[in-house]
Amino acid sequence: MQIYINGTGCISPQETAQGGPLLAAPREYEQVRLAAVDPDYKQWIDVKQIRRMSRVVKMGVGAANLSLEAAGVTAPDAIITGTAYGCLDDTGVFLTKMVNQQEEMLTPTAFIQSTHNTVAGQIALLLGCNGYNNTFVHRGFSFENALLDAIMILKEGSAQHILAGGVDEITNHSHQLLSRFGLYKKKPVKTMELLNSPSRGTIAGEGAAFFTLGIAKQPGAVAELSGVSTLYKPLWEGEVIGHIMKFLEDNNCTPADIDLIVTGRNGDIDQDEIYEEVADALFPDHAEASFKHLCGEYPTAAAFGVWMANAIIAQQEVPEAAVFFGRTPEKIKKVLIYNHHQGTHHSLVLLTAC
Amino acid sequence: MSEKVWIAGGGVICGIGLDVPACIQSFRDMKPGMEAMQHLSSVHRSTFPVAEVKADNATLADMAGMPENISRTALLSMIAAREAWQSSGLGDISQYRLGFVSGNTVGGMDKTEDFFAEYLSDPRGGRLQNLLHHECGSITELVADSLGVRHHISTISTACSSGANALMYGSRLIRNNIVDVVIAGGTDALTRFTLNGFNTLMILDQQPCRPFDDTRTGLNLGEGAGYVVLVSDSLAARLQPWCRLSGFANANDAFHQTASSPDGTGNYLAMKGALDMSGLQPQQIGYINLHGTGTQNNDVSEGIAINRLFAPYFPAMSSTKSFTGHTLGASGGIEAVFSALAVKEGIIYPNARFEHQMKELPFAPVTAFSAGHDLQHVMSNSFGFGGNCSSLVFSRAS
Repeated sequence: MQIYINGTGCISPQETAQGGPLLAAPREYEQVRLAAVDPDYKQWIDVKQIRRMSRVVKMGVGAANLSLEAAGVTAPDAIITGTAYGCLDDTGVFLTKMVNQQEEMLTPTAFIQSTHNTVAGQIALLLGCNGYNNTFVHRGFSFENALLDAIMILKEGSAQHILAGGVDEITNHSHQLLSRFGLYKKKPVKTMELLNSPSRGTIAGEGAAFFTLGIAKQPGAVAELSGVSTLYKPLWEGEVIGHIMKFLEDNNCTPADIDLIVTGRNGDIDQDEIYEEVADALFPDHAEASFKHLCGEYPTAAAFGVWMANAIIAQQEVPEAAVFFGRTPEKIKKVLIYNHHQGTHHSLVLLTAC
Repeated sequence: MSEKVWIAGGGVICGIGLDVPACIQSFRDMKPGMEAMQHLSSVHRSTFPVAEVKADNATLADMAGMPENISRTALLSMIAAREAWQSSGLGDISQYRLGFVSGNTVGGMDKTEDFFAEYLSDPRGGRLQNLLHHECGSITELVADSLGVRHHISTISTACSSGANALMYGSRLIRNNIVDVVIAGGTDALTRFTLNGFNTLMILDQQPCRPFDDTRTGLNLGEGAGYVVLVSDSLAARLQPWCRLSGFANANDAFHQTASSPDGTGNYLAMKGALDMSGLQPQQIGYINLHGTGTQNNDVSEGIAINRLFAPYFPAMSSTKSFTGHTLGASGGIEAVFSALAVKEGIIYPNARFEHQMKELPFAPVTAFSAGHDLQHVMSNSFGFGGNCSSLVFSRAS
């Protein structure tokens, strides 16, 4: 059974919510914390509600709507989200008040909106969707698990259209705390220089990317979602390479059938090493595109990567800003997205032009 | 997808027992787990009774074989997951293509809230070690790493239905030949964050809760973990499985972020969907393990949905939350184990403290423990914030 990506929507630190050619005018930053560019949320959400919603909810609702509009679907049969951090802003607000006010005189709003399933719940509420609704919160696998759940349900035949996506936000607290773990560059790096910066650390990002998946091809579809796979804590690079080979085999193809690889390079010299190893072993002459210099690093950033890969298939061109190695292949039919998050969570997504 | 998925075992730790036999004994003895807080430190200590696991972190760490300084959520998870595995008789864990799918809502919040007190007074303050396992997924990984699970690891957070959704996803992983065995369920430790959150919603009872009683005024929070071991048809053939996970469904109420719709739309759709998947008629269900939190809103919505689906033949029903408290992300897992065991042993669990018939409903919960019934099919309900409603159906082998 084929599963089609009938529509996509993305809100990110790039101007991805407006349509038009992919990354025609990429936003260049020189900072270690990127913020999503807000579209006009009033087109989807009542003004009064917007004020009460945290950014993660707005980004999720916005990207979900963009993807449904692109697919021409008004009522999906299921809504599945992946978010590693969940609703950090409301969590931080409630936690801060609880500590500062010694557990007294607290109000419910932030607590209500702090649960990880708030985004999926709000999308269902706004669409009036009574269908299947699930939220995966497994770090660097959150988005991939959401895709896998969607694929399994579509294959069962119990749904026609499934909305699936990944979303995460940065807050002042989260950025301050993640910085203390030493995840980010000590000094700001320019967007187009990040992936070749000779130091440890990356830049923080955020955003939402949603996909309307279906078993029937809609006019807007350019690619099939051919496969998704995750690999947890590989013992050595050989295990990653073996896993990729097995994944391609399971999807009836070889490295030679892949036209473009899209990798999750994030500019951290230690973390990017595995992408070199994989490219050397399996894809030495392949064109490679990258995306985390554009959207920043976060546990569901692969959703941005998949969104970008789908747009590349649509345009049959790799935009300058996304090229890491090589030039646009003559045809872009099969694209393999290989991402890892902090070396522990490796994932593969295969798209095939349709 | 025709392949059947079986329950090969289960494990529970909660306010009425550190393992499954202890929990069953508490039901038999009519001993609910709500007491004044012993382990959670909160200004509300003497206001709200809670169903705590009756052990401190040092004891739990010893039982789990894990460090004492990690989140209580992980310690509880490890203890119940290991009991589940051992009860399955599958033996050496490394011999299987195995998944671990765990639901939780708090992650390592018990440590984060301690950290935050120091951090808020100094942005460089607080020990980062206490923040390391804040994420829900991190709790799952601590346990997966200790158990030796690597093939598929996932965490689900759909508020109070998290554990039930873990069973659904786990079942699909087996049917899609991604793994052969899945340890699925949920875990949650009590935290000040959740206690205060539920307090702001004004749905905590200051007395032991009274699910499905006309005088009910709210829920008691609990904590714990519960997991079943799901196995494929081919593996089940060489075991003596407890029962089959014959049906499940997840629906969204799409009514309000925290409240259920008055007619229980999502509840009805979840129960109906689970029945349809199992190919059963409502009258074939012998017992329902209710979501039954004891709040005004939940019990009336759930009851009305049950009335709509089951009238005029009502199965035996009870809320085991009247013993365990509401264990949030763990509840779907804990109640899945109780429900699977109900099929295996013919157990109907008691609903504690029921005295007054709800005026909206034509049925009442069961108030006494009994075993040895011929229960062919048992339903378990789990409903949560965000409109997330899930129902599971467990069926006898046949």
